[in-house]
Amino acid sequence: MSADVPDVRQTRLDNYVEAYAARTKGMTASEIRALFSVASRPEVVSLAGGMPNIGGLPLDVVGGAVRDLVIDNGAVAMQYGSGQGDPALRDQICDIMRLEGIEAHPDDVVVTVGSQQAVDLVTRVFCDPGDVVICEAPSYVGALGVFRAYQCEVVHVAMDDDGVVPEALEQAIATVRAAGKRIKFFYTIPNFHNPAGVSLSDERRSRVLEICQRAKLLVLEDNPYGLLGFEGEPQRALRADDREGVIYLGSFSKTFAPGFRVGWAVAPHAVREKLVLAQESATLCPPTFSQLAISSYLVRHDWMGQVKQFREMYRERRDAMLAALAEKMPAATTWTRPSGGFYVWLTLPEGLDAKAMLPRAVTARVAYVPGTAFFADGFGSQCMRLSYCHPTPERITEGVGRLAAVIHEELELRETFGPLPPGAGRDYDAPGPELS
Amino acid sequence: MSDLGRVLVLAGGLSHERDVSLRSGRRVADALRSVGVEVEQRDVDASLVDRLRNDPPDAVFPVLHGVTGEDGALRQVLDLYGVPYVGADAAACRTAFDKPVASTMVGAAGLHTPASVVLGHDTFRELGAASLMESVIHQIGLPLVVKPARGGSALGASIVRSAEELPSAMVNCYAYGPVALIEQYVDGTEVAVTVVDTGDGPRALPAVEIRPDSGFYDYEARYTAGATQFVVPARLEPEVAGACAAAAVQAHQALGLRDLSRSDLVVDAAGVPWFLEVNVAPGMTETSLVPLAAEAAGIELGVLCRDLLATAAAR
Repeated sequence: MSADVPDVRQTRLDNYVEAYAARTKGMTASEIRALFSVASRPEVVSLAGGMPNIGGLPLDVVGGAVRDLVIDNGAVAMQYGSGQGDPALRDQICDIMRLEGIEAHPDDVVVTVGSQQAVDLVTRVFCDPGDVVICEAPSYVGALGVFRAYQCEVVHVAMDDDGVVPEALEQAIATVRAAGKRIKFFYTIPNFHNPAGVSLSDERRSRVLEICQRAKLLVLEDNPYGLLGFEGEPQRALRADDREGVIYLGSFSKTFAPGFRVGWAVAPHAVREKLVLAQESATLCPPTFSQLAISSYLVRHDWMGQVKQFREMYRERRDAMLAALAEKMPAATTWTRPSGGFYVWLTLPEGLDAKAMLPRAVTARVAYVPGTAFFADGFGSQCMRLSYCHPTPERITEGVGRLAAVIHEELELRETFGPLPPGAGRDYDAPGPELS
Repeated sequence: MSDLGRVLVLAGGLSHERDVSLRSGRRVADALRSVGVEVEQRDVDASLVDRLRNDPPDAVFPVLHGVTGEDGALRQVLDLYGVPYVGADAAACRTAFDKPVASTMVGAAGLHTPASVVLGHDTFRELGAASLMESVIHQIGLPLVVKPARGGSALGASIVRSAEELPSAMVNCYAYGPVALIEQYVDGTEVAVTVVDTGDGPRALPAVEIRPDSGFYDYEARYTAGATQFVVPARLEPEVAGACAAAAVQAHQALGLRDLSRSDLVVDAAGVPWFLEVNVAPGMTETSLVPLAAEAAGIELGVLCRDLLATAAAR
């Protein structure tokens, strides 16, 4: 033994352990999240992350725009800007939203650091701890993380292949209010839902708006994938039919590139004023450089043509995934058939737990996101999200084959040990944004 | 600069513990740089063999956790290319990494080890789970611990306190590997004892006492700063502390290890240390136990790592 042993030291290896806010509860190391570290290796077919495939972008055009921006307008591009966002870009955003039937004035638009920040700002403006946010079941993991950070209570509402079930929404509103709780908004992803892969049907769009109008409940419409449909014209936005009752969120992350971190919110006048003030207190202003670069790209390039190329690429990958699933998945496995966007929502045979199965999948060199990450209440253990946006069709086929073999093994194990209670999940069990 | 030449810290790999390994690797590399060692940190991938063949480093510090890193495979490769490395050789790793085998050998050397059974999932499938689980509980008693026979960071490990919990624990365990070690739960003070040998024989560093808030030193308790209280040196009577140190050194020697190991022990109410498992590439992260033990011994982590490399290079 060493001769110079110091006094007894008691440590938690964190000097601030008593100082953290209550909202950090649950921000702990995650065994599941650690497994995603392996998914970043090329040997693993990652069906986990939602990274858009930006390989097809015209980098020469983007490079030219950025170079000219620095040379011709660098003093503005690298300076602080308006808290509401660059006026010219807001004008262009209005043109983009017109494709989904939205008539908005640039003054209605607030540019944000990705639409993720728009979710944060809206929640900051509306929610006190304990307030209720109604979400679809399942819902976007990034939004659930925001709601959790603001200590909201999330109430999930059932979905089916046509999106959220209106009767379930109506029932949830009534039940929550009967319990004396305040509902602040209904958060919904009507098009090519993340993670469910379904879209709200035309008939239900008007029903959902009616229900929320009658209940005087604000709708937060998150629509990052709206222009990435594989069939026909873009769906009409909920905001197109209700200017006062809907806050609309859009993003350039999926139609252009997420690295610029530019999204936006369109809100009724009074709300928009508060969002701008909240934006200024959070970041002073959205990144000027990114905004001007995107604005220039939109002018210089046939960006809609680029979006069409993206659609074709994602359609091919969707087809590869659906074909592989149909060919390889064991009986009693079901999945959604997206008509756009990035995701398939797969439900395992009865008794299987996607989270418990993930280590086996990683050993087999395939990764997915367990369904529990998309629920605030521990549900979803029998489900998983599969992304087809990033791997090539060949890799998708390979990955689905590996996954099918893993499910077969897990079925054998469950037959041996019998049905088990579902495992709990949490939103920190999802991969980070950098993971493909 | 040190005279060790160019040192390669290997971290990452494809095991379930990749994330932990990357963090351990960063800390070891930083510690070595702080004492003037020229270090490169890299992952283990298909380009490693070319690197070892065409531009071999002067020594390797493997900080790979889990399969490949600790099962001897990587060290066998390093032997093939004649590159010296810190830690046990391939054969000793194969033995130590297999918890049931290590436990048997350490038990044969005279240390207390928990009663255990080792069962593959195939056995349960072929013979029927219900009656087999009943027999296991009858044999081992409750509570008991289920963990994968190979692997670390408590991944796939559970404490089972009632018969109803056993099926879930088995399924969670088999998600990480095909063989489970089911062992008696030893109640007591959990301590980790690091053994180092920098050329003058194996010696134990002060034991680190582990007190997880949750009661179970699982993945979350290991890698969330603040979730576990560590006491170092452990609050043990001097003779008990001495017994723990002796037990760790004995395990190190019985398994034929060299340079560095960490034995996880439980000290029961009578002050008897029980050997649970040994790590041949122990964690070096910000919340890991070896750096805490080194600090308590008054040894700078960079100096310890440098001395271990010097010992390896001199072999």
